Amino acid sequence: MIDRAIALLALLVLGAAPALAAPDGARLYSQNCAACHGENGTGGIGVPLALPSFQATISDDYIRKTIINGRPGRVMPSYKALNKDQVEALVRYVRSWNKGKAVTYSALPVKGDPKHGAQLYAEECASCHGADGEGGRGTGVTFSRPRDLPIMAPALNNVGFLASATDAMIKRTLVEGHEGTPMVSYIKKGLTEQDIDDVVSFVRSFERSPLPHNTASLAAEKPVIIRQSPYDLKTTVANVTQAINNNNFFFGRAQPLEYGLVAPDKADPHQVVLYFCNISFLNQALAIDPRVGMFLPCRITVVEHNGKVQVMSVNPKVLSRLFNNSELDVLCDRMQRSYIAIMEEATL
Amino acid sequence: MNFLNRLAALLLLAAACAAPAAADDLLMARSDLMYPEAMMVLQSAIKAQGYTITRLQQVNENLAKRHYKSDMYRVVFFGKYDEVKALAASHPELIPYLPLNITIFAEGNNAIVLTAHPRTLEEFFPDPKLKPIFERWEADMVKIMDTVRESK
Repeated sequence: MIDRAIALLALLVLGAAPALAAPDGARLYSQNCAACHGENGTGGIGVPLALPSFQATISDDYIRKTIINGRPGRVMPSYKALNKDQVEALVRYVRSWNKGKAVTYSALPVKGDPKHGAQLYAEECASCHGADGEGGRGTGVTFSRPRDLPIMAPALNNVGFLASATDAMIKRTLVEGHEGTPMVSYIKKGLTEQDIDDVVSFVRSFERSPLPHNTASLAAEKPVIIRQSPYDLKTTVANVTQAINNNNFFFGRAQPLEYGLVAPDKADPHQVVLYFCNISFLNQALAIDPRVGMFLPCRITVVEHNGKVQVMSVNPKVLSRLFNNSELDVLCDRMQRSYIAIMEEATL
Repeated sequence: MNFLNRLAALLLLAAACAAPAAADDLLMARSDLMYPEAMMVLQSAIKAQGYTITRLQQVNENLAKRHYKSDMYRVVFFGKYDEVKALAASHPELIPYLPLNITIFAEGNNAIVLTAHPRTLEEFFPDPKLKPIFERWEADMVKIMDTVRESK
């Protein structure tokens, strides 16, 4: 009997082994990538991975390193939690869209003149990729909002990009372009191979001066902004409402924290949430990152607890880091200052 | 020099990756369903985890009033009365993060849903008493996301 149980257990373990040994790339893609890149790799928030011209110029190693490194500050996260087998399964799945011959690239640097490359870059590349290689703006613009292009110009100065793309891959992209995107073939546009080597050499020089990524300084920030109010609850609510209007926001509504959870007359009146918005600012934020709904609408809560009245809100600067979007960091910094201005005016 | 450049880039990459900037702090899912159907699935999935939906915050309508274009966009707020009441009393600093919410917006013929990983709150509010609550929220959110992702 015990022998049979052991045999059955062994059979179960053996039966499960292939599944454990071979992660399902399609499932991993659906769970981790599809939200941004589309279920079929057609893009959206992220790059259209299935685009044939894109697949033609990338290597397995580029995908692998991109998954691991991400693009700090440019939405694409680093999937550090995935193990090696899972990463390989994802690489195979993404590369299954490649109908051409798989390319591999030499890791050797391309030799060129970065000074001449800088000149060519300014003339030919900066209009899309930014003067300092910072990439197209609106890293999180999706098809849910007005958008003309299927892809945002990558940030070439991004440490994740520079660690993932070899010189040879950048060179081939410049030579062939990406049909279906604004990235044209620069050989067809008239550059010589030496010109292209010079541009590659300049792009590689971004490694010496990548843009700072400000998340490291966030450790000192607290997740909640709190100010003590010297006034009673009713006066403080009125003050916050006035301060909202004074700081260029329109006041939406005030409601108890327990709104919707219990009958209105049963809700605790000592926790009042004030909702407000600046639509122009909202539109700007959504253009930079459509995922900012988590912040919406702006809200400040007035709480009377143990006889003290406090005004509090989330700290947008702390939440911003969840998005890995350096453009959004700038807006959240502004949002934090607005929250503080409102709270301090109301509790002055 | 080239080696030094690469070393510098590697160090910067390591520093950037070590920074608390993991964007996989967001839970995201794409639904094959059109926005209205995905919204129904989302609300149903939230209720299935025992939550009450407290508000559906309109976003695109407010943008449209000022002539800004956007596809369908909502923030769904939800919670459990006893839990919200108890947490607000014991940990008032948590109030700005209550009730829970999930954002949903249309993307062509699909819909995208997202929220922050509740496990992130463990870092913000390290009180061990809160840990099991955040873990339960995390499990609930993952189930809700899976339901939306897998509904056809």
